[in-house]
Amino acid sequence: MEIEITVNGRKRRFDVEPNRLLLNLVRDDLHLTGTKYGCGIGECGACTVHLDGEAVLACMVLAVDADGRSVETIEGVADVNKLDPIQEAYIEEGAIQCGFCTPGFVMTTKALLAENPDPSEAEIREYLKGNYCRCTGYVNIVRAVQSAARKLGS
Amino acid sequence: MTINEVNTHIVPIEFEYHAPESLAEAVGLLEEYGEDAQILAGGTDLIPHMKQRKVEPKHIVNIKRIPGLACIEETPDGFKIGALAKLRTVELSPQIKEKIPLLSEAAQSIGSVQIRNMGTIGGNICNASPSADMATPLLALDATVHIYGRDGARACSIAEFFQGEGGGNLGRGEFITGFTVPYPPMGAGSAFEKVGWTTFDIATVNVAAVVTLKGGKVDHCSIVLGACSPTPVRGVLAEAALIGKEPSAEALEEAVGFIAACVEPRERWRRAPPEYRRRSSQALAMDALTRSIERARRSP
Repeated sequence: MEIEITVNGRKRRFDVEPNRLLLNLVRDDLHLTGTKYGCGIGECGACTVHLDGEAVLACMVLAVDADGRSVETIEGVADVNKLDPIQEAYIEEGAIQCGFCTPGFVMTTKALLAENPDPSEAEIREYLKGNYCRCTGYVNIVRAVQSAARKLGS
Repeated sequence: MTINEVNTHIVPIEFEYHAPESLAEAVGLLEEYGEDAQILAGGTDLIPHMKQRKVEPKHIVNIKRIPGLACIEETPDGFKIGALAKLRTVELSPQIKEKIPLLSEAAQSIGSVQIRNMGTIGGNICNASPSADMATPLLALDATVHIYGRDGARACSIAEFFQGEGGGNLGRGEFITGFTVPYPPMGAGSAFEKVGWTTFDIATVNVAAVVTLKGGKVDHCSIVLGACSPTPVRGVLAEAALIGKEPSAEALEEAVGFIAACVEPRERWRRAPPEYRRRSSQALAMDALTRSIERARRSP
């Protein structure tokens, strides 16, 4: 099927089978491999991308279902050579260890801070509940989100 | 499911994809393909099931391109909520938070933000799962389900919709288009309670309660117990035991004592044995009633 999806601000056309997942389209066809395949059943959040501005799980979206819509992946977050304040904060706070979950966390954090620029710790933990990190223990991730909120607010 | 037992990297089955743009077109497709078709809305249930080959549809009918099915509007009879309204939209709607906070609370309890950005209220109800979190508040408020099919639109109560085990009251080609949720009675207090393996998981038990007080006594009371019987059920014996009484600790104890007699948990259900569900539904009913009564007292 012929579909058109705007990926990180650029309109792209694809010819896909109906059973192709958005995740695999992004990773294998566009080589945007920042978005990760983790569990494949909507539990780990590693495949989080924004679809029309909302955080969703690319492992459970059919590419044909994204026809005519806009997708933002982790590759669209930084401004050419300048990292986004959220990415900076994750690095500075040591909220990254192996890094596998980080793209998903950054995308969810971006959605959180767009909705709520000054979230409490409880709000951060609740919002990031759908993203798993098996290295950091979350403390530094929460700090990174708080730090990113300050950077974006100032 | 056990991760890695199946390949969840891809959807391993091939199907034809349809994206109808009107109700009539959707019904035509669903009637034509019958059992071979599956409706796609949020996909949070369907896609993992397809990955595991639990369902192998030959046709996918994506109903998200049909206009008007995601609306939330206030009417004199209550809120009209379209089947395609996202759980996240129901959770965050300021009007719903103000007028039917029970719905907002139940929606917020489901999965993660990402899941709620995808999953729809219609999808939560359509397969008539006894553990559907939106079902308990809809039943507590006596909501109406709007259904569309070959003969046009029809409606039934949410209780009727859940009749029978694991099916939902839907004929060939029929699907849910939305719900009408009556406003709770004036001065009502309500609460939603849930327990699961994790806060992320499907409910092991969920409970919704709505209470109004008159002269310090319980005037209206509805308690709904989810995931404890083949369908969500009203705790009628407990409701009857409270109505007309002052909601003292003793009266509440006595009322929730009837909860175990209202539920029929099945031995074969995953997640918890029947006795756990009987006791948890009683404990959660106590919590839900206590919070509802506190809120009813504080209500102007």
